[in-house]
Amino acid sequence: MKRNNLILYGALLVFGLMAPFLFPAFKLQISFMWILVILALTWDVQGGQMGYNTFGNILFFGIGMYICASTQIGLFFPLEEWTASGGEKTFLHTPSQYFLGLSAGLVLAGIVPVIVAALIGYGILGLRGHYFAICTLGLGIAAGELAGGIEIIGAGQGMTAPPWPKGIGDTEFRSEFFYFLTFITMLATFTFLRWAYQKRFGLVLNAIRDNEDKAEAMGIHTMRYKILGWMVSAFFLGIAGGLVGNMVGYIEPTEIAFTGATYGVFMILMAILGGKGTLWGPVIGAMVFHIFKEGFWTFFLGWQYVALGVLIVVIVIFFPEGIMGWLREKFPERFGEVIDEADRKAQVVLK
Amino acid sequence: MASILRVDKVSKYFGGVKANQGVSLSVRTGSIVGLIGPNGSGKTTLFNSIVGTHPIDRGTIEFDGREISTLPVPAVAKLGLLRTFQQTRIFGKVNCIQNMLISSNPTKENLITIFSKVPEELTEKAENLLKFVGLHQKRKLLAGDLSFGQQKLLELAMALMNEPKMLLLDEPTAGINPTLINGIIDRLITVNKEFGITLLVIEHNMRVIMNLAQEIYCLAHGEMLASGSPEEIKNDQRVLDAYLGAG
Repeated sequence: MKRNNLILYGALLVFGLMAPFLFPAFKLQISFMWILVILALTWDVQGGQMGYNTFGNILFFGIGMYICASTQIGLFFPLEEWTASGGEKTFLHTPSQYFLGLSAGLVLAGIVPVIVAALIGYGILGLRGHYFAICTLGLGIAAGELAGGIEIIGAGQGMTAPPWPKGIGDTEFRSEFFYFLTFITMLATFTFLRWAYQKRFGLVLNAIRDNEDKAEAMGIHTMRYKILGWMVSAFFLGIAGGLVGNMVGYIEPTEIAFTGATYGVFMILMAILGGKGTLWGPVIGAMVFHIFKEGFWTFFLGWQYVALGVLIVVIVIFFPEGIMGWLREKFPERFGEVIDEADRKAQVVLK
Repeated sequence: MASILRVDKVSKYFGGVKANQGVSLSVRTGSIVGLIGPNGSGKTTLFNSIVGTHPIDRGTIEFDGREISTLPVPAVAKLGLLRTFQQTRIFGKVNCIQNMLISSNPTKENLITIFSKVPEELTEKAENLLKFVGLHQKRKLLAGDLSFGQQKLLELAMALMNEPKMLLLDEPTAGINPTLINGIIDRLITVNKEFGITLLVIEHNMRVIMNLAQEIYCLAHGEMLASGSPEEIKNDQRVLDAYLGAG
């Protein structure tokens, strides 16, 4: 079992590292697949492990995107002029400015959403069930509308992220660069969550999911765990947002940054498809989902949303527990969950 | 001996419903005290008031010399005052051992303790306590798969895992197989004598509470009707009237 795991991890790592060279035509696609994996993994912290259905995680993604691009530009040029007049033509980043700006931008893209998550979380994580869900639904929508009204970041017209500096490789190199950034971010997200779920953190998140009142009655300050969990999600989502802004090159408030209707829904779908509340579920879900979606986009254009709808219905009816949940039920021994029938049937005796 | 819990003239209203009206009681350190009363007499409301589930409208509640009526639930629990629930509450989708581990109480909850491993020796402690309530063989089952009675036992074990000073038990024997009830009485006495945990027990089963408690309080219509030793309560006309209906 342990050895199988090592082989599995190794194979995936090798695939991840080789993919841009094996499938050069699909580099960008695979980068986006890693982004989707991050979205699903971070959504699952709330939606799966903690049992809080959030529709607002896209908020952190969008904030990260805007913060990253604004930092990249604002560090060297006046942000206002850049966004007002197609500044990418007037101001040019030198290579060192570009990479310095990108590093600073990505760091801030992680930190600012964490602070926002802490503040908002303190306010609304006291809500439970449907109330929390509806409240977060409002968050994402409000953020999009707000961003559409802020002049300095381009308002509804959007803004461009700094273009790739001249003299550093070609567009292929640029795609490879961003490919590896997304891959590393995805690995970091996965590794961190895998680590955190094995700690008291993971145990308590599950306790909150199963019965929050009981957890509180046992003396656990559940609020701390809930806020912390949201901060973790916000951190990785923010960085993912910063990367997507740079990969797409153009940031628009409701279509690219705060995309409640696409990414915001996809992250939930992927986690449920793969099996929420499991570590691998969101990863598998995101990969299956992305391949499925892109396949339809390419070969049956016009039917993709119909197919997505059908996919959702099929998931809900046939795989209510997701792919991982289904596998777990079919092959419990592979998950170390075999239970002796004698244990199940045993009578409790108190003498 | 000193009182560990002192409830003084506590009132709790839900709109026009007077769930508790000027209720007072005190529990001596190390004793077992019973709380009885017909359905709807305000016993569980009183428990909720004590542990801070909802704010009280009037009165004071003192635990271990500290005013606790304004503290939130986790803070009260951290002081060592725990309650169990009438309808069992367990963490259904994790196994019994994990239920126990969640219930162990770290003195501090900061970034370091949150992101550190649950100590190895706690697993051993959890197994011993599960053995104590007769659930050892079921330790790897999901808690949600246990029967209601078994969940009640698990809840008791979880409370013990937390090492409280005092336990409020809401009907510990309700829904439990009658053949196990003597075992439970026995366990509760051990908990009290050997673990040194003070108990305040809501119970409808008169045989259980008369055997268990040294002192009994009886609530009716949200007010404290009577208190005294089991013998006195048994022969108190007001208590009999409250339960059977006065003529």
